[in-house]
Amino acid sequence: MQTNISPASQPSMEAPKGGNFRKIFRIFLPFFSNAKSTVGFIIFCIFVVIAIFAPIIAPYDPSAAIHVPNLSPTADHWFGTTNTGQDIYSQFIYSARSTMVVGFGAGILSTIIGLIFGVVGGYRGGLTDAILGFITNIFLVMPGLALMIVIQAYLTASSPYLTGLIIALTGWAWGARVFRAQTMTLANRDFILAAKMSGMSSFRIMVTQICPNMMSIIAGNIMFATLGAILAEAGLAFLGFEDINSISWGTMLYWASNNAALIRGAWWWFIPPGLGIGLVGLSLVLMNFAVDQITNPRLKVQKRRKNHGSKAARA
Amino acid sequence: MRYVINRIGFFILSLWAAITINFILPRMMPGNPADAMFAKFQGQLTTSALEAMKKAYGIGESSLWQQYVDYLRGLFSFDWGLSFMQYPTPVSSMIGSSLPWTIGLVGVATLISVFLGTALGVYISWKRKGFLDNTLPIVSMAFQALPYFWVALLFVFVFGFKLDWFPMSHGYDPAITPGFTSEYLLSVWNHAFLPGLTLLLGGLSGWIVGMRNNMIYTLGEDYVTFAEAKGVKTSRLMFSYAARNAILPQLTSFAIAIGNVVSGSILTEQVFSYPGIGNLLTDAVQSQDFPMIQSSFLLIAVAVLVANLIVDLLYSRLDPRIRTGGAN
Repeated sequence: MQTNISPASQPSMEAPKGGNFRKIFRIFLPFFSNAKSTVGFIIFCIFVVIAIFAPIIAPYDPSAAIHVPNLSPTADHWFGTTNTGQDIYSQFIYSARSTMVVGFGAGILSTIIGLIFGVVGGYRGGLTDAILGFITNIFLVMPGLALMIVIQAYLTASSPYLTGLIIALTGWAWGARVFRAQTMTLANRDFILAAKMSGMSSFRIMVTQICPNMMSIIAGNIMFATLGAILAEAGLAFLGFEDINSISWGTMLYWASNNAALIRGAWWWFIPPGLGIGLVGLSLVLMNFAVDQITNPRLKVQKRRKNHGSKAARA
Repeated sequence: MRYVINRIGFFILSLWAAITINFILPRMMPGNPADAMFAKFQGQLTTSALEAMKKAYGIGESSLWQQYVDYLRGLFSFDWGLSFMQYPTPVSSMIGSSLPWTIGLVGVATLISVFLGTALGVYISWKRKGFLDNTLPIVSMAFQALPYFWVALLFVFVFGFKLDWFPMSHGYDPAITPGFTSEYLLSVWNHAFLPGLTLLLGGLSGWIVGMRNNMIYTLGEDYVTFAEAKGVKTSRLMFSYAARNAILPQLTSFAIAIGNVVSGSILTEQVFSYPGIGNLLTDAVQSQDFPMIQSSFLLIAVAVLVANLIVDLLYSRLDPRIRTGGAN
């Protein structure tokens, strides 16, 4: 891709110049380096498949109130039906879709905003850094959930996608801070100086030199931002601040708790959505374990030291 | 000293930003919420109340700048307007009556989870590769991924409904008159137990893993290796050498958590219908009670900002590197 010297501390970036397939394989390789991230990756893939093929997997239209209401799980309705006669299993399947889209959309968007603020600030320094850093700090200290609730209050009944947008716009600051710190350590390395000497524009240096060299941090940030976005979206939907006719796990929990599913003992209504959120979240946390092992060499070094050679350090 | 002035300056600026966001948001939103609100309250409120509302939102009369000045004046004289949902109760008195519930519940849960989590984190890093070190981070990770309001729902279902050990909602039994009687206090304790437990479990994982990672980090420092080689006792090494430095980042998180006490339980309070500030905010949003929304958001923001200021100042006392500006 480029011909500069990559810093040696980033093993994932030392990809040999093989075919495209090899490159892609290399990206996913860390996920299979330990059991935790492998499990995470598999759970994640299952939910991606569910989200993509929701119309095929789900037996019924999720919002059609055409079935017998208040059924407990049966062969026809695996998770029973709602009090208005909607099939809960179909709702569960379709919800995976909006949750994944909103989660990843918001996660990626907030990472991009964070990158802009962090990398530009960290690379430019001076006044630019002071201004961008100040805005970042403001967003960092603002109470996120409360701010989102207030925005939702004025918007009234937004769609899940709008909620995702709000989450991204309010929650990028943490990433920006991490990116800024990392950019500052990279900015004085030899390969950046070499790029500067060769007359590369600042913008090009940031995009082609700095960003690729913190790919693992970016990946980790995307995962955490996505997890945060999924939980935030679910929370807002549960509070009823999202369009209550949308299909998402949070909205399902909203209807379940507002129709006394708890008191009727209808556990098949409120357990699956939470479990769905939890499993997607868990897969992200587990996959992040792989990223963490790469980005934080100290976690690795320590194991070796404390084991006193009783067992070879494993990644 | 320069550092302290710097931090106070940031505090004032961010406070101003929060206040201004609070002012601009309702005026910026599409469809003008104030108009929508009028349509909704027409006929429900007395004419004088509508006049007061109009004045509060400066509909059609004063300039934006004049509105801003009035807003700031009202803010600092604690004249936060009258609530719409319980008209004409002043917002400040409603907040005043729900604040102790939140601070009591979330404050105690936060304190317990900080101390317990930090202690467990030290213990785990001490017994590396032990049973707890292998399982606890994973269990806590799983907890981190779960939506904690859903865990709260499960608790309500299992312990409140199925087993009937604890009440399912509210802050105390409405049949008991509030007062300093053992009956009342017991009722408060019983009602707070489940929400408190949810908050405790939700927060615990972060403290354990955070402290563990900090400990591993400091245990890798040369001075710790040197002390170990010198023959310092393990307990002394752990507490006086490693934990003392490892606790600094925890302190930051602690202050942020204290700031979040006011807002941190919005979802939990909703699940348990707990009479705290989070529930007030949720209700206010549902009934479009704008004075209440604005006031409770501002309260939450101020709590967080003040906590941040305190930690910044505290940090400079505890970590001399920051005060002198040395070592990057």
